[in-house]
Amino acid sequence: MHSRAKFMLVVLLLLTAGFGLTLYKHLALGFPLWPGERTQVWTIEAKIEFQARGGSAVASFALPDAPPGMVILDEDFASPNYGFTELRQNEPDSPRRALWSTREADGAQTLYYRLDVYEKTNENTDIVSKPPKLAESVEFEEPFLTAANTLIEEVEKNSGSKQTFTLELLKALNAPSPSQNVQLLLGNRPSDSYKAQLAVDLLTLAQIPARKASGLFLESGRRRQDLINFIEVHDGEKWLLFDQSTGKQGIPEHFILWQRGGQSLLDVEGGYSSRVNFSIIENTYATRNLAVQYGKEADAALVDFSIYSLPIEEQNAFKAILLVPIGAIIVVILRILVGIRTSGTFMPILIALAFIKTSLIPGLMIFLFVVSAGLLIRSYLSRLNLLLVARISAVIIVVIGLMAALSIVSQKLGFSQALTVTFFPMIILAWTIERMSILWEEEGPREVLVQGGGSLFVAVLAYLFMTNSVVEYLTFNYPELLLVNLACILLLGQYTGYRLTELRRFQPISDITVTAADKPEKSDNDVHKP
Amino acid sequence: MMFISPKKLRERGIMGMNRRNVNYVAAHNPRHLYPLVDNKLKTKLLAEQAGIAVPRLLGTLQYQHDVRNLHSQLLPHEKFVLKPSKGSGGKGILVIAEREHEIYFKPSEEAISHDALERHVTNILSGLYSLSGTPDIVMIEAMVQAHPIFNSYSHEGVPDIRVIVFRGYPVMAMLRLATKASDGKANLHQGAVGVGLDLGTGHGLHAVQHDRPVYQHPDTKRDFKALQIPDWDKLLPLAAACYEVTGLGYLGVDIVIDKDRGPLILELNARPGLAIQMANGVGIRPRLTQVEKITTPHRTPEERARWSQEQFAIR
Repeated sequence: MHSRAKFMLVVLLLLTAGFGLTLYKHLALGFPLWPGERTQVWTIEAKIEFQARGGSAVASFALPDAPPGMVILDEDFASPNYGFTELRQNEPDSPRRALWSTREADGAQTLYYRLDVYEKTNENTDIVSKPPKLAESVEFEEPFLTAANTLIEEVEKNSGSKQTFTLELLKALNAPSPSQNVQLLLGNRPSDSYKAQLAVDLLTLAQIPARKASGLFLESGRRRQDLINFIEVHDGEKWLLFDQSTGKQGIPEHFILWQRGGQSLLDVEGGYSSRVNFSIIENTYATRNLAVQYGKEADAALVDFSIYSLPIEEQNAFKAILLVPIGAIIVVILRILVGIRTSGTFMPILIALAFIKTSLIPGLMIFLFVVSAGLLIRSYLSRLNLLLVARISAVIIVVIGLMAALSIVSQKLGFSQALTVTFFPMIILAWTIERMSILWEEEGPREVLVQGGGSLFVAVLAYLFMTNSVVEYLTFNYPELLLVNLACILLLGQYTGYRLTELRRFQPISDITVTAADKPEKSDNDVHKP
Repeated sequence: MMFISPKKLRERGIMGMNRRNVNYVAAHNPRHLYPLVDNKLKTKLLAEQAGIAVPRLLGTLQYQHDVRNLHSQLLPHEKFVLKPSKGSGGKGILVIAEREHEIYFKPSEEAISHDALERHVTNILSGLYSLSGTPDIVMIEAMVQAHPIFNSYSHEGVPDIRVIVFRGYPVMAMLRLATKASDGKANLHQGAVGVGLDLGTGHGLHAVQHDRPVYQHPDTKRDFKALQIPDWDKLLPLAAACYEVTGLGYLGVDIVIDKDRGPLILELNARPGLAIQMANGVGIRPRLTQVEKITTPHRTPEERARWSQEQFAIR
């Protein structure tokens, strides 16, 4: 019992480790569970234009810094004739900036910044930070100050927290028929940017830390886009994002937060009439490739110390090797649970591996041809009275001869499929022929059919599983599932129940009733007389 | 009905291959003891040392160049059996019942030339019949003279009795009879008949051929219920004694009954098959459980055999 508990513990550990790592890779590193899953990748191009004055020019441009819910795949700062540096101040909340500079610039200048991002689902998008120092109160002049204070009072009546306060304030500012105070504060036809600034100012006046933010909605094929204004409010723990025109809270879908905090988007020295616009293109990438790249960049040990770190050639070799355990579990299931007899325990797996290279139907035909021709020749060899090792060696040579003959004849006849015969392991073929031949002599052709058919059935089933795209994908991308496979095989190794074939084999027992022999003088006493 | 439900099988106490392998063979038969039974020569020598009756060993051939001496070695013997030491399932066994100088005759009166005999010996030596294909030894054994009681039950060949011995206690027994279909071999896979035996008395109970019930011998048409194994009280202790000889907890003991010498141990098997349950019409599991419950085992094979006779007799 004790050792049984230990065994179950090992199995449980293997299962947890296998499924745990798989889930971790799926949920945390974004590996998809199914093959062929694709992810949208957005390519955003910022085009910066300005007129240079003819001397040195410096353009400084705010870059998105770890935008929440987004993963930056690639960045490109290609701009001819300009030197480029990326600035990153070491203070918290200070944004990244790109700095292009040149000594001589005249006339229209164009700079490009290209960014590839994809959305990462299931990621926590909270922007946690320490509460910032409250900005200096804004100077409102009368009558605006009264209007502002009245508005704040009105809004405060309807709200309990900083969050609801902001929501109510934005609602008041965006009302279709705004109150008099709001009308006064907004003035005539306010710009979005002005409205956002007003909201931030009002929040600051109400002693709530707030700042402007801006971002882009990602829609494919959009050109000449501008950044959309948002408002960020700190609730004491984290920054909350509000769309200032709709009042919606949170980061919208397909949205990249480009700039946060006060600084300007673009500063140009030595130039004038500068402007920025954005265009967006959507691409799709295989999700798995993104996940591998992300894992490598994030230094996830599971990806770093994995098959992905091997050269491509070895990766491909492992793709095949990792399929062998699938074949193994099929053999285990068919032998232990079903009870199919095969010739040689793992011969079917090797045959299945060969089928993968040859594809099924040609593989089956080649196999049947080589084995039956081999059996014919082997029956002659058995008359020569050879020693075992010599006989098997002779069979190997016969098999090689058959393989060569098959290749040459099929080439001449134009069936290139039969050329794949070389993928069959010839030693295994030779042993199969030897075993079958002995089986034929000793047990008759029926047993050869049973075991040979069993082997082929298992091989075909293993082949079907091993070539299934989902299985192939899972074994290669989640090698930790090997542990689950191992646990299943260990469990099956302790299975003591009936095999399916035994239910058939022992079926006649239901017709038998046990009675004593028809001996009248039988008595217990004379049974064990010495 | 093609299949029987697992529940019914369990009720009847039938043991499946998986249970046999995990709970009995793997649990009670230490691997290092296997060579004792897989190598019949070792088994024979061991049994002889322990004073257990076995068919007489006339000689052995170990090397290919010994084949030259085959003729002289066989010269004094009229009847003999050639056997691979590591063979299994009766493979490679050649019985010679008669000879005229260089011509040998099988019990079926099929003639075999000396060359063919040498070829057979060469095949055995090269490991054709051995379990792992490794080089083997040829054993030359005295031919067992079947007890006349079996004459009306067996088509050629010598019937043998398989007894399953668990921890030294005989738990189930079966008589294996050659048929025309099995080509005179007492091998169930090849169509021999298995007759379940009442452990208490040695009477025939039920019989199977190819795992299907039969009631008469297919060739001689004799009813198996009338069958009574001679020397039953000597046979069971002999089987039980093999436990001490080998140390294997789950053992198949094959016994033949010689006309003159009585029960002889023919060979032992560390992985005895399951067909014995079919022949007996009952499962083996309740009996194994009963033996497992014994806290203080009987000391001598005779005591254990008597315990089994009492416990497992069909009433």
